[in-house]
Parts: sequence; C-alpha cells; structure tokens
Amino acid sequence: MSTTWIIASRELKTFFDSLSAYILITVFLGLSGFFTWLFGSDIFFINQATLQPFFSVAYWTLFFFIPAITMKMIAEEKRSGTLELLLTKAVSDWQMVAGKFVASLLLIAITLALTIPYYITISFLGPVDHGAVWCGYLGMILFSSALLGIGFFASSITNNQIVAFLLSLFIGLFFIIIFDVLAGNFTGFIGQVFHYLSLSTHYDSISRGVIDSRDLIYFGSISYLGLFLATIVLSKRNVVE
Amino acid sequence: MSITVQNLSKKYGPQLAVNDISFEVKTGEILGFLGPNGAGKTTTMKIITCYMAPSSGDVKVGQYSVLNNQDQIKKKIGYLPESNPLYTDMQVLEYLEFVAKLQGVPSSKIEKRIAEMVHVCGLNIEKHKKIGELSKGYRQRVGLAQAMIHDPEILILDEPTTGLDPNQIVEIRKLIRELGREKTVILSTHILPEVEATCDRILIINEGKIVADGTPETLRKQAQGQEIIKVEVSDAANSDDVITALSSIPSVAMVDPVKDKQFSYYINSKENQSSKREVFETVVKNNWVLTEMTPIETKLEDIFRDLTTN
Repeated sequence: MSTTWIIASRELKTFFDSLSAYILITVFLGLSGFFTWLFGSDIFFINQATLQPFFSVAYWTLFFFIPAITMKMIAEEKRSGTLELLLTKAVSDWQMVAGKFVASLLLIAITLALTIPYYITISFLGPVDHGAVWCGYLGMILFSSALLGIGFFASSITNNQIVAFLLSLFIGLFFIIIFDVLAGNFTGFIGQVFHYLSLSTHYDSISRGVIDSRDLIYFGSISYLGLFLATIVLSKRNVVE
Repeated sequence: MSITVQNLSKKYGPQLAVNDISFEVKTGEILGFLGPNGAGKTTTMKIITCYMAPSSGDVKVGQYSVLNNQDQIKKKIGYLPESNPLYTDMQVLEYLEFVAKLQGVPSSKIEKRIAEMVHVCGLNIEKHKKIGELSKGYRQRVGLAQAMIHDPEILILDEPTTGLDPNQIVEIRKLIRELGREKTVILSTHILPEVEATCDRILIINEGKIVADGTPETLRKQAQGQEIIKVEVSDAANSDDVITALSSIPSVAMVDPVKDKQFSYYINSKENQSSKREVFETVVKNNWVLTEMTPIETKLEDIFRDLTTN
C-alpha cells in the first residue's frame, strides 16, 4: 500500500509542479461556472436552486479532460523508458498503475471540491435538495473513476499520447452514448445487456439520488477492469513463447 | 550476494535474443559484459533486474529466483538502464528521495544517503536543478546515484560511462572498483580499455551465446597461442639474406616482412617457444645491428573482433 502511495504522491506533485493541474482546474471551473450561472439553461433561466446544470456541464467537461490526464500516464513512461526504471525498483506493475490511478482520482476530487462554493452560493438562493447534490458529486467521482480506468487501459497499449487520448475518447463514447443507442434499438436480452453496459443509465440513476449497489458495482468494475487490463498489457513483456 | 544464471534463453517473437547462457558472478566480483550491439547484453540485464521474465531458464540472485521472488531481488539490486531514463520534470534531490522511498530506505536514513550520493557522484552544484536541465554527464551521475541510493548488494550498470568526460570516467571507474570490493557488479560497455581498467572478469557474448569467459590475461593468452615479435635490422646488404637467416632458426615458425619498410619483420615463434634470444644471436653472428625488437601483444580489441565476427 505504501509503495502505491509513494507513486501517487509523486504523480500528484508532478501535476501541480507543471501547468497541467492549474489549466485543468481553471478551465473546468470556468466552463462549469459559465454554464451554471451565465449562459444557456443556467439556474436563473430555469429559476430553481439546483446544481443540475453544473453537473451536466461537468459531465461533458470531464469526459474530455480525463483522457487528457490519463493519456501520458503509461504511454509516456513507455516512450521515455522510465517504465523500466520504475518497474526495476521494488514496485509491481499493479502498484504503479494503482498509484497513478489514485493520483488522478485525487486530482479530480480536488477539482470537484473547488466547486463547493457554487453549492454554498446556490443554497443561499433557495431551497436545495442536499441529498441530490451529494449524490451528484458521488456520481461525478464514480463516473470519473470509470473513465480513468478506460483511459489507463488506452494509455497502456500505445506509447503515443495522442493515440492514447483518441482511443480513450473513442472507448468512452461507446460507454456513454453508443451502448445507450444500441439498447434502444434491440429488444429482449441483447437490449438489456446494452442497457446495463451503458454508463449514462447508471450515472443518471445515481445523480437522481438513488444509490443502488448495482450502480456502484458497475462503476467499480469498469475502473477495476480498465486498470487490470492495463497491467495485463504491461505484463505482456514477460510472455513466454 | 552472488548471481547464478542457468540456461537462460529469451525469445522476441521468432528471434532468439539470448540463447541458453549460463554463468555465475560471485560476491565482490566485477564482471565486464562485452558484445556487439544486439548481442543480448541488455536483455540479460533486464532479466536479472526482473524487468522481463526469461523464456526459459532461471536466474538466482542469492537464494532468490527471478521467477518467483521478484520483490526481494529488486530491493537488492541497483540498476542503471541503458539509455539512462529519468523523470526530467523532477529536481535531483526530489528524485533521489523518491527512489530512496521506493527502495525502502528507512526515512531516518534517507537524508544521509542522499547527501552521501550527492557527494560521491559530484552532484552538489546541480542538486537543486530539474533533471531535464542537466547536461548528459550530470544526468549519468544522477542515474548512478539513483542506482546506488539504497546501498544495494548488487549493481547492474548498462554502459555507465557514456556521456562522461575523461575526468569523470576515471572517477566513476574508481568508484566502481571501490564498490566492487564488497558488492557484486555487472557492467556492460563498448569501451574495451574500460573493461581492462575496472573488471576482474570478462564475459564476451555474441548472438545470444557466450563466446569467451575469463580474466583479461587468460583471454589474451588463449587468443595469442604463439609469440609474435617485431624485429628491425640494419647494416644488412640484402633483405633476402636476413629472411633466410632468421627462418633457419629452429624456434621460428614464420618470418613476415613488414610492408613499406625495409629490413623490418614480424617473426612468429613456434607454439610454446620463444625465439627472442636466438634471433638476437643470429643477428649478431651475421654482423648486423638489431635496432628494434618489440613483442606484439594481442589487444583486447583483436580478441573481441575475432570472437564476434564470423
């Protein structure tokens, strides 16, 4: 566990030593603030004290930002050779991947925590459904962890960051749109499978304030599967033919 | 702590990078790993350091096997990979601390070990810079410092002196010699004088197979077989006379005139015989003057070339 934490804290420090964390936070706060307060179906337009506009913007912003965070995670280590440096230390493949995952998730959690002032301000404007807000935040974290899992997998199969970025967007698109559409086109068992696979259905039910263990298991298994596949891809160097 | 490599093979697809090699390195031994590019040196090192699993065979580090005790082995080994990859966005001190923590150096000792490594590797002026801002030589020193930070019992250095200036090369070699007294060191290099200067034993590998194993002296003796001397004679009237006279000496196998130089010859002696004394006597008997007699040593370069070209 402590090895994982050493790696996570280094990654987190690297985020904040470079511009990447600041750009991410600024753009995230800017975009979500703009759509929450000023433009489109903002809270003054819908005339309700709710964070729903914020969450729907955050959803799409994270969809594009998370691949940008994960794209370099493994691909860059492979390209520059630091992967060899790291994995010949007392670190296992899983500890490395897990450490990087924890750091990325923490970065997102910090970013989301910075939007708490939105919540406080809105709660002054009118009665807020507090349960729905906290469930919304929980949904964001779960949604992010699933996308991070996908991103780590994409980053592990290439050593080109751009390829990793596009690939994780592409896989992510299946989970948040395409499975949903397919679920509508099929009936019976296949339709149900696609409906279960669709990330947006699970996210919607959590953000409505319903915490169902099936949804938690879904998000947990997507992110675990992503990380697990990433370590499998890494361990391919050991394949005995 | 000793390293035992047993029937090690590694395949990359259809290509056999390491082909059934076995050797042993004892504690306190510095092994020089030589071979042309693509011979399998780096692959062998990657297997010993648990970065890759072997296709077949086994490597034992102490009593641990790379097949199932990777964690214990990794802590005992300090490794400098071939192209010296480093996290360029970290500061030198920060980076050394990160590696020390990963390698399980107790936190009370981390500061002391870092100070020691900074001193030993001459990093004092550059220690607050980011690694990306350092010159190649300094990066190499950081690479060495991170390999040694946890005071490992085994050091594996893949081309440790590339990019260093001559003064630094001498220092690093001295450092490796010192470390080699109590540690087991494997180093690979292309620079042959470096092997002679630092290693107790040489292992030459070609196309995945070991082609020579021994001290520099034994290798030289093996390759040489017979004595060769270069002789120059003056005051002789005719070169043919000299060749005839020298060839008639019983211990001489062959006399070979040096190109573009009159009255100068390479003399090959018969196996296990020396012809120096008789050559001298023959020259004197004929009233010529011997102006040069140099024993020709087989250079390590020649041995290397002999063994690694087909």
